[in-house]
Amino acid sequence: MSTSTQSAASIQRLQHKRQTLEDAYSPPANFLEIDVCNPETHGVNKDRYTDYEVRMRTNLPVFRLKESSVRRRYSEFEWLRGELERDSKIVVPKLPGKALRLQLPFRGGGDGRFDDEFIEERRRGLEDFINKVAGHPLAQNEKCLHMFLQEQTVDRGYVPGKVRTT
Amino acid sequence: SFFGLVSQGAEIDIVLDGQESRKTAELKLEDGRKERLPLYYDGETVSGKVNILVKKSGTKLEHQGIKIEFVGQIDLYFDRGNRHEFVSMVRELARPGILTQGVCYGFEFVNVEKPYESYSGANVRLRCYLRVTVVKRLSDLVKEQDICVHTLAQYPDLNSSIKMEVGIEDCLHIEFEYNKSKYHLKDVIVGKIFFLLVRIKIRHMEVQIIRRELAGSGPAALNESETLAKFEIMDGAPVRGESIPIRLFLSGYDLTPSMRDVNKKFSVKYYLNLVLVDEEERRYFKQQEVTLFRRAEKRRRPIANSYIEQAIFHHRTAQFGQQQQPTTRAQQQQPQATPPLTTPEDAAAAALSPGRHGDANNSAADSPELESGSTHVSPALPAARSAPGIKDVLGEDDDDNY
Repeated sequence: MSTSTQSAASIQRLQHKRQTLEDAYSPPANFLEIDVCNPETHGVNKDRYTDYEVRMRTNLPVFRLKESSVRRRYSEFEWLRGELERDSKIVVPKLPGKALRLQLPFRGGGDGRFDDEFIEERRRGLEDFINKVAGHPLAQNEKCLHMFLQEQTVDRGYVPGKVRTT
Repeated sequence: SFFGLVSQGAEIDIVLDGQESRKTAELKLEDGRKERLPLYYDGETVSGKVNILVKKSGTKLEHQGIKIEFVGQIDLYFDRGNRHEFVSMVRELARPGILTQGVCYGFEFVNVEKPYESYSGANVRLRCYLRVTVVKRLSDLVKEQDICVHTLAQYPDLNSSIKMEVGIEDCLHIEFEYNKSKYHLKDVIVGKIFFLLVRIKIRHMEVQIIRRELAGSGPAALNESETLAKFEIMDGAPVRGESIPIRLFLSGYDLTPSMRDVNKKFSVKYYLNLVLVDEEERRYFKQQEVTLFRRAEKRRRPIANSYIEQAIFHHRTAQFGQQQQPTTRAQQQQPQATPPLTTPEDAAAAALSPGRHGDANNSAADSPELESGSTHVSPALPAARSAPGIKDVLGEDDDDNY
């Protein structure tokens, strides 16, 4: 009943600045898209491995390149996860499974970890992983993430550190 | 209420004067049930009658005296037996004697002081009640009757708005504004959120009302947070230059006035929590304390009840003569500096801290939050892995942990 004693003026919206047309129609400042696609299996027999294209498009200033495309394999995703767990304060999301069982010999049927279905599932999990990580403001500070996304090869002997000064 | 119903011999009943026309208020009991109690204000006289009925006619009830007490006490739940009485008045009703039939005694606690509001919380309870005791040799007969006390405060003279620029460097900068720093319980929070920089993908934004109860003091003090309201104010992704309005009606929620250091035993504080959630369920938040107070009803009831008029008269006179009433203290409170990122619930989300032009009040020096004036600083997200019970920022979102 007390709202009847409140005038319309007392609950009127606060004054605000009008948005400029430029701000309203510019592309958003948070554009970040990462695709994990084009899986390719290299090598023969026992020394085979699968890698994926990690393609990134962004307009975030923290990333040096606004477009990049690199090829990465599962162990390199694992490496990235380990680096982030150690150096950044974030709780790093999980990777898709390691598929240890599938690597045992004589597992009936299919190609094990080179099975199309398995690769597709893994591809999806890796895409979810990298999108979650790359969009994290704290992870964006880590050199390992930038190297992973934008350098052609991952140099495991790099010097860990931050991109932005802390 | 039938508190402490007597076992043998007699039935004690406390009847308050004017109960038919007196306002009532709901208060939560220790077991969670809600009870409707007669409402009294500071300085109001508490009077009535005590009826004692001897159960079996013909039996004699021998007693060592009958008295009635008016008690105001604070119970700290976690410290069993820790009861502190801040008001205690006693009236003798009868000298030692023998009761053979029903008897009725009148009582009157004139203009009795009720400095604090009744409060029933998670770890502490403040209650005011009448207690009749029939003293007997072996065990006393006791009957209690609770009342509810409300403290009223004047509308503060100084009630500045809260306006602050906060964010995470290079990722998210917003300016939030709330029209006041002190709100009465039926007030409306009018505000706005202005986006200066949006480099994350926001999915929605909400305002929450959080009550924080601090019971006890020193190392044994217990801090209990409860989210009383969640109110979505934006759905979708904003861009720079957009303003999102806030209009939150407080009368829809179960709120009490802010209580500061009541009898040095407990505090109840309220915070507005602005929460932004991004596409990956990461939460970015900014808590801001607000002061809530209870304003006297502007409208008087058409039925001119002498007790209510007396109460307002006594309340006003009570306010004049006294030095530092808790009610006036509540008015002079300034909005607090940002609480640092200390509790597990807080630590699981990113705290937005003042930007370069932000509030100088903020004592961010010791907290993981950003210092104002810094140029490139990483956001304060937690070392959440090792601590149990802390939410996974990048994983599942558990609203209730908040």
